[in-house]
Amino acid sequence: MTTWHIILIASAATLALKLAGHLVPAGFLERERPARIADLLTVALLSALIAVQTLAAGSSIVIDARVPAVIVAAALYALRVPFVVVVIVAAAVAAGIRAFS
Amino acid sequence: MNELTDAPEPGADPSTQGTDAGPGADAVRADATWRDGGRVPDKAVRDGLAVGLATAVYGISFGALAVAAGLDIWQTCFLSLVMFTGGSQFALVGVLASGGVAAGGSAIATAAMLGIRNVVYGMRMKPIVEGPPTSGHPTPVWRRVAAAWVTIDESTAVALAQSNDRAARVGFWVTGVVIFVGWNLTTFVGALIGDAMGDTRAWGLDAAAAAAFLGLLWPRLKRVQAGAVAVGAAVVATLTTPVLMPGLPVLVAAVVAVVVGWFDLFRRRSES
Repeated sequence: MTTWHIILIASAATLALKLAGHLVPAGFLERERPARIADLLTVALLSALIAVQTLAAGSSIVIDARVPAVIVAAALYALRVPFVVVVIVAAAVAAGIRAFS
Repeated sequence: MNELTDAPEPGADPSTQGTDAGPGADAVRADATWRDGGRVPDKAVRDGLAVGLATAVYGISFGALAVAAGLDIWQTCFLSLVMFTGGSQFALVGVLASGGVAAGGSAIATAAMLGIRNVVYGMRMKPIVEGPPTSGHPTPVWRRVAAAWVTIDESTAVALAQSNDRAARVGFWVTGVVIFVGWNLTTFVGALIGDAMGDTRAWGLDAAAAAAFLGLLWPRLKRVQAGAVAVGAAVVATLTTPVLMPGLPVLVAAVVAVVVGWFDLFRRRSES
């Protein structure tokens, strides 16, 4: 598989899901349990991505400059600072720690 | 975009900032007037512009992170044009950044699973896009496809925040189109910036990616159940990282959502 294959397949899948909502008669996902699972799926995947992106280095778990950067990001989101600003500050925190250590 | 964060809750007022409605707004307004033949719901247009412009800016971070993950500028722009759902886009490049092309299967699966909520949004937006059944005109296929294309967190949220169906329709289209145009432009700019950066770790872009995911997650943590799933999934992903191929820990963590959702555990509502 090349990067283009991955991009094409993933894009086709997500676009098909969007079309399904509009073209297929409502049914399965309107029931309570599937709707709840679909909702929580988003939360679980995003949270797992945060953990991996913050702690993983290949197949090992590492505590490095990313951890304080994410803690700062969480504090800023709690203060309702806009997304773009938080992302830039998080990058600056990690970059700063790496530059001075 | 998309999932792009700060998606307002249904019923909330999404116009968080005053936005000067420029010439673009006039064009939208004229078009909507022509189509509906009535007064245009100004609030829906304002909401759509405010949310749309604020969201579109995030495209810069996506563009830079995608290039840092090893994609070229065309691949990055293709994702914003066709996939056009921020959570899936960030996830795809995040998994590729950690596992490379070998993690392609996990990257596709993660992006697709994050796209499932768009099915739910689509089912909610369908009657709004179609309009009243009494109009007698079936909605053309191209318009259904366009509506599906721009069905994302923000367009759905703005539509649901309006007080009637016509305003909901205007809010949906204004938000969707503004974000689509803006997101693709800013993705391109971000990709150029990322391309010029060189060593992205020295710039802290890996931490920026984690912060971006956190921004997507944050507005979804209002209930105890969601918080419990977030903690559980993070623990599972961390513990399985040393024993599984890169990319798989994220997929395994999705099981937490299925188990908690199936049995409806941690149901209590928190006041937030």
